[in-house]
Amino acid sequence: MDAFHTHTGVGIPLRRSNVDTDQIIPAVYLKRITRTGFEDGLFAAWRSDPTFVLNQPAFSSGSVLVAGPDFGTGSSREHAVWALLDYGIRVVISSRFADIFRGNSSKGGLLAAEVTQDDVELLWKLLENEPGASVTVDLEQQTIAARSLVIGFKIDPYTRWRLLEGWDDISLTLRHADEISEFEIGRPAFAPTTR
Amino acid sequence: MGQTLAEKVWAAHVVHAAQGEPDLLYIDLHLVHEVTSPQAFDGLRQTGRPVRRPDLTLATEDHNVPTLGIDLLIADPVSRTQVDTLRANCAEFGVRLFPMGNAEQGIVHVVGPQLGLTQPGMTIVCGDSHTSTHGAFGALAFGIGTSEVEHVLATQTLPLKPFRTMAITVEGALAPGVTAKDIILAVIAKIGTGGGQGYVLEYRGEAIRALSMEGRMTICNMSIEAGARAGMIAPDETTFGYIAGRDHAPSGALWDEAVAYWSSLVTDDDAVFDAEVVIDAAALTPFVTWGTNPGQGLPLSASVPDPEAIGDDNERINAERALEYMGLEAGTLLRDIRVDTVFLGSCTNGRIEDLRAAADILRGRHIDPNLRMLVVPGSMRVKVQAEAEGLDTIFTDAGAEWRSAGCSMCLGMNPDQLSPGERSASTSNRNFEGRQGKGGRTHLVSPLVAAATAVRGTLSSPADLEPVGALTSAGPAR
Repeated sequence: MDAFHTHTGVGIPLRRSNVDTDQIIPAVYLKRITRTGFEDGLFAAWRSDPTFVLNQPAFSSGSVLVAGPDFGTGSSREHAVWALLDYGIRVVISSRFADIFRGNSSKGGLLAAEVTQDDVELLWKLLENEPGASVTVDLEQQTIAARSLVIGFKIDPYTRWRLLEGWDDISLTLRHADEISEFEIGRPAFAPTTR
Repeated sequence: MGQTLAEKVWAAHVVHAAQGEPDLLYIDLHLVHEVTSPQAFDGLRQTGRPVRRPDLTLATEDHNVPTLGIDLLIADPVSRTQVDTLRANCAEFGVRLFPMGNAEQGIVHVVGPQLGLTQPGMTIVCGDSHTSTHGAFGALAFGIGTSEVEHVLATQTLPLKPFRTMAITVEGALAPGVTAKDIILAVIAKIGTGGGQGYVLEYRGEAIRALSMEGRMTICNMSIEAGARAGMIAPDETTFGYIAGRDHAPSGALWDEAVAYWSSLVTDDDAVFDAEVVIDAAALTPFVTWGTNPGQGLPLSASVPDPEAIGDDNERINAERALEYMGLEAGTLLRDIRVDTVFLGSCTNGRIEDLRAAADILRGRHIDPNLRMLVVPGSMRVKVQAEAEGLDTIFTDAGAEWRSAGCSMCLGMNPDQLSPGERSASTSNRNFEGRQGKGGRTHLVSPLVAAATAVRGTLSSPADLEPVGALTSAGPAR
């Protein structure tokens, strides 16, 4: 996983709340067995609409998505994070993220930056007034800067540390392999197995 | 201070804890299916890691499988590739698999409980958000993403951040014709699709205690639709009675030991929940959704809401967009909404009691000739059981289609889909745009409402139907 320190890219105002993972990538794209190439499924239903924000030239190569509250609700599909990353999105900014989506983001190296809804509105206005404006997200400082606007964002310290270091989850856990083995010895005898 | 049920199960599974880090939790059972596992197995292969505990892992084919012609090759090449990939991965890594055609095949959340693998106090994960279903047994069960699937395969643990707890107390008794599905749709409408975010919900109260295990599974299944991490119900005699004698249930002295432990899995009297919601069961009536998220629901007796009357900007815009997508006008009586398809099945309502409830309504009746009804058992065991009870004949005599087990029309990943603009009454769990097929319009309902709707052609409850004796050969009165 690549480490994340700062990122600068075009901001995309996605004026929708409750963007569920079926909207981020419909189930039909989940049939693939590879780990890349999901960009064509990103917001698939909306991209047939010419007025959709990603169909506008100023935003189509954007990498910082600014969305309404409750982003990533619904299905646990990690493909939602992959589709965003494959498209080139490195940061999603929202006032509220669904838990599973937030967890999936940190594992994939996508930064889910939580700000207040007032700050989302400020960013939306700025990006709509100046289409193509770039946004700089600094994970060390936990700031988002666009033009003269500078706001802070929330992220839990552990996720922040992992993103900064680019740590892979399994390697982190396998440092505790002995403790896992010890725990297994103490499991109750009535616990079922699938055999 | 005492502990809640969820906190007890969590505490019993901590392998490693350190300040500022997520707890490392042991996972007792890992369920796997074809959609969210290929990339996880691929990751193991790339890093040369084995599956740590294949004996705590179980795979089944469900999302992609057709429910007709299951003895044939899957026609869609992409679906076939996913299923073939699962088979190859399970063979390579030594994971037990129930493939299409196997007597144990079915939807992952139907298979676990019916085998007795789902037991109180366990931690259960699966790359599927409806894993919350298993919480009905007092297990801490939740959906995970594909990276986490790989993590559990490799380590049998997951690093997890603590959650908050919310009590959902459903007081009193349900009126006849009101079901577990109506409770959970009402809960979601009350707290919203984000209302459970960060919480493990514990369903409590007289109405919950009175439910069967299958009703409890319906409720816990949809916890995720309120944004919750998981839903749980404390185990009791109903739970023990359901598990006893099943294939993977403990027996003899181990059974006594297990029941003694399971009986301790209740929220202590002096435990404190971070939030509490109280619902009056007696006030509940059949509930249906009108919009494009599971929180957009109302009693069947209501009308399609007027977005203009919604104060919150985001909610209003959501409602306007939902009505446009659903092709509905504000003020229309929900009972006047005509549907094209009725779907009875899914991990929410594809169990034997759901099929029995619907069959009771359809016995001696015929579905509206202008619609189709798909009845899809949640597992092959449910199918065999239903056929032994003659339910399949009741469904086919009524004009419904009787299928083989799978996720079917719950999601647009297999041949069972809605066409653009087609409207369904569906016992599944999600009414998102395009969930049942591109452009499809979904109303979430209980099995009883599904059956009554199939008869009348418009959203209906059994109370709307003429008694069977009053029917003429031309069908029910309208």
